[in-house]
Amino acid sequence: MAVKINEEKCKGCQKCLKSCPFDAIAIQDKLAVIGPSCTNCGACIEPDVCPFDAIEKLDEDSRGVDVTQYHDVWVFAEQRAGELMGVSVELMGEGRKLADDIGCKLCAILCGDDYAALVDELFEYGADKVYYANAPELKSYNTDAYTKVIYRAILKYKPEVVLLGATHIGRDLGPCLAVQCGTGLTADCTKLDIDPEDKKLMQTRPAFGGNLMATILCPNHRPQMSTVRPGVMQKPERVAGKKGELIELDASFADGELRMRVLETVKAMKEMVSLTDAEIIVSGGAGLGGPDGFKVIKQLADALGGVVGSSRAAVDAGWIDHSHQVGQTGTTVKPRLYVACGISGAIQHLAGMQTSDYIVAINKNENAPIFEVADYGIVGDLYKVIPAIIEAL
Amino acid sequence: MRIIVCAKQVPDTNEVKIDPVTGTLIREGVPSILNPDDANAIEAALELRDRYPGTTVSVISMGPPQALYMLRECLAMGADEAYLLSSRAFGGADTCATSTTLAAGVRKIGDYDIIFAGRQAIDGDTAQVGPQTAQRLGLPSVTYVSKIREIKEKTIIVERALEDGFEVIEINRPCMLTAVKELNTPRYMSIERIEEAYAKDITIWDENDVRLAPEDCGLKASPTQVFRSFTPPPKGAGEMLAGTISEMSAALVERLTAKHVI
Repeated sequence: MAVKINEEKCKGCQKCLKSCPFDAIAIQDKLAVIGPSCTNCGACIEPDVCPFDAIEKLDEDSRGVDVTQYHDVWVFAEQRAGELMGVSVELMGEGRKLADDIGCKLCAILCGDDYAALVDELFEYGADKVYYANAPELKSYNTDAYTKVIYRAILKYKPEVVLLGATHIGRDLGPCLAVQCGTGLTADCTKLDIDPEDKKLMQTRPAFGGNLMATILCPNHRPQMSTVRPGVMQKPERVAGKKGELIELDASFADGELRMRVLETVKAMKEMVSLTDAEIIVSGGAGLGGPDGFKVIKQLADALGGVVGSSRAAVDAGWIDHSHQVGQTGTTVKPRLYVACGISGAIQHLAGMQTSDYIVAINKNENAPIFEVADYGIVGDLYKVIPAIIEAL
Repeated sequence: MRIIVCAKQVPDTNEVKIDPVTGTLIREGVPSILNPDDANAIEAALELRDRYPGTTVSVISMGPPQALYMLRECLAMGADEAYLLSSRAFGGADTCATSTTLAAGVRKIGDYDIIFAGRQAIDGDTAQVGPQTAQRLGLPSVTYVSKIREIKEKTIIVERALEDGFEVIEINRPCMLTAVKELNTPRYMSIERIEEAYAKDITIWDENDVRLAPEDCGLKASPTQVFRSFTPPPKGAGEMLAGTISEMSAALVERLTAKHVI
């Protein structure tokens, strides 16, 4: 923000409010505050606006922040119905690695309502500190409530790095926090490193459907924020009984501050697929030829103890529900074993599964691109090959 | 009611091919299209206009002059008017800077009830610009909107898709909603409207028009910087199993068992 309120001079007289064409100035605790809708237009620093000269324009070079004031790695501990999301646990593992490389503490930030057990769980996953906001409004995710509470905490405790899982919730909260903090956000990272020279966070993410990787820096703004794909990072060991420091956050809200209400949360009636957590996935594609093909896929998945996935082609054909879709517009997965049956391997599909530990491809067409990423390939009719594999197990 | 839709022209990533020799992207000849989620956003706006007479639908985009073609497509779908934020100063913007520019454009259009955007663009897949623009406008937002249940006088009730279900959310008006493809099926352009679309003027604004300083736009206002881009290292060559079907199947099971995969 290139316009600043001098808090010593400001009397909270409200005369500046009208000067702002963008309604970016508000009065909080009897002081003027510049909000995120400020565009630095300069209307408020005209001489006739503030009788106390309390609004100052910052020099161009002072863009960014004093990065030395920021410390520690924070992980947003996302909970749904009182259970930590898998990706948040993975981030505790990754966060520990980053914190050790920087030489700082690993902290978790938790919002909820009477979820004290989760605080202990976060300590056991390695948190040195847990920042905990406890209020009925925070029981389940609410964009306004979570943004306000976590933004206030960031402002007060100044973390150097903030990591969120790239879930539907993390991808909603991250952008809101980044704008409030005036910092950058890198989406869907698959790799994080600390530059050994200057300790900055190097955030690597796929672009163009995974055909290109980009490493992104946020050099002059803090915190450095990333959302991280579920299923990519390693979960840490859980050490029973481990403790850390608990810091309770201010979780009060003014009237009208929350402009949305969750009326109801509905779990889909369909079978829970949970592709992201699966260790083994057996997927079918256009090569199945029809919806019945998924019966065969299911038999193999059951025999291996895995779940059923699909390519976009099979979803678009109406053979299976979208919740099974793996790929760029579906779910990104990283199972121990991925078996692609009758899937040719469009780049959008590969983008969502090519980091699986082991990939097996079964396809009639020996030139199918899927074989290029496969560890083991079988050219043949999947309706003959799959029963033979089940037989061999 | 006035509805503003934020849309983006993107390269059709379905058409992006890899050079088999160098392993790099072949960008030439890749067609530019209206971002798919944004088409759902426009459809949502048009459906509300069908239901509430007197509603106007404005589309706004930030991009190079060639994005005018995409905006004509939006007009041909039925949007009433279109605005393009275009200037060299906007180039190199990350999501943070893009949202500043879009918000400035939306403010200049002014007087809106609902803003729609697509959940994410297929070239970046960040899903950030919608909610970030809302924050800059001081608006509440719901992302991943999969259904609009009810438009009330002061609020809107929507469904928001989660990984394993959905939430029903009531949000105050005005607000920002970002659309997923489950929200609707975008209508096609009609011949009549294509003709009309070419008769309409599209307003083009630069940073001065929307009262932004050049240093608050584009690369200069982007906290994130691309340090380097690279093609992911190819995986080591896999093994094509040979023999009869039962031999190949047995070999597969043997190898996976040996590696403790199964």
